[in-house]
Amino acid sequence: MKLLTANFLACAVKGCKAAASSYPLHFKDAELEMQEVDFQPEFIHNIIPRVDWEGLRVMANELGFPNIPGSKPEGDMLNDEQTLRDLHKLLLETHVVDGKLCCGHCGHEYVIKEGIANFLLPSHLV
Amino acid sequence: MLPTPCTSHVSFDTIYEPAEDSYLFLDTLSSASETAWLTQHFRTGPSPLILEVGSGSGVVLAFVAGNAPTLLGRADILSLSTDLNRAACLATCETVRKAIDAQQPPAHPNTTPESTTTPPTPETTIPRSTHLTSLHTSLATPLREKTVDLLLFNPPYVPTESVPRAPTPADFPDPHPNTSEKVKGKGRDFERESYLLSLTYAGGKDGMEITELLLRDLPRVLSERGVAYVLLCAQNQPQKVVERIRTSGFSEGEEGLGDTEEGQGKGKWCAEIAGSSGVKAGWERLVIVRIWRDL
Repeated sequence: MKLLTANFLACAVKGCKAAASSYPLHFKDAELEMQEVDFQPEFIHNIIPRVDWEGLRVMANELGFPNIPGSKPEGDMLNDEQTLRDLHKLLLETHVVDGKLCCGHCGHEYVIKEGIANFLLPSHLV
Repeated sequence: MLPTPCTSHVSFDTIYEPAEDSYLFLDTLSSASETAWLTQHFRTGPSPLILEVGSGSGVVLAFVAGNAPTLLGRADILSLSTDLNRAACLATCETVRKAIDAQQPPAHPNTTPESTTTPPTPETTIPRSTHLTSLHTSLATPLREKTVDLLLFNPPYVPTESVPRAPTPADFPDPHPNTSEKVKGKGRDFERESYLLSLTYAGGKDGMEITELLLRDLPRVLSERGVAYVLLCAQNQPQKVVERIRTSGFSEGEEGLGDTEEGQGKGKWCAEIAGSSGVKAGWERLVIVRIWRDL
């Protein structure tokens, strides 16, 4: 599971849908794995506009990723190769193999095993 | 003709084996008219996020991800899938990875450890389709609103008396350490396999119960430029579904949803039959409907 995935996910519990703190989900005990991918600056350019930057920043901080710009790169920053390479590493090369994603609202923990996150809910939460 | 993704690694004990409906998806999406429509639709804007709901073997998503340059006119796509069966999630990851590697070979394949020369700094290359992950979940439940640009759904569409209960985490226990699951009891295995397979086809009343749940979620999960392709069979009354979306969008029957900004968003909902197969006594047996907002 690539780290970027977390940018598109929120807690699946019905009562959490309207709660702001149901996103971003927070990684816990995350075992990360790097899988080298060719550097594709054009791809990073095209991904940046669709990323929720605040969510990405929170996640990067929690996982101890340095060098993530405080705000969404714009203008000249998009030509800075080092910035793009750092983002490439974070967005396309880093995988979560095992761990949990936790909701900041209800505390529910979604288990990630062998890169597959389990978002099935026990019947009392559906 | 574009190649059909390889699924030789998939065990079809609990996973739907690619069949006529799957192939109708491939044929429809690669038809000249749909390719032209999709290429025009996604010619600009950020990298599209493609979600296949209930991906099974992953053959449909792999086809789209692998052939994205031909089908969508761009390779900078992110793919994602969901399935209620964990085995299907693992299978889909593999099917999509293989298809992307076959159709868009990496410019710099991982150098073998034996190569003694200093590793070259990875060079800049053109984008390649990227599979984010496969999520073990129901429909598009954990997806944030307005994230999905292209949604694909080959639903359980067979009319049945009822829909099977939804699986819970308890249905997917940790595999026994000495993989003796098969030894534990043939009867129980058979029961579990039949149950998981029933999730792939049983659609409840008119075969529409699961499809309706997904349709109702479209206004939430699709981005403004979002497009969904949903397969229906004759008993699902596709013509009625199309008419309903055209006239009332998704507001019908959902209290308040259609009237809220969040529910309907901007633009008018459109629906069109994009592909069909198996004409029987004058009726198309299977059709694929394209649903999108006209902005």
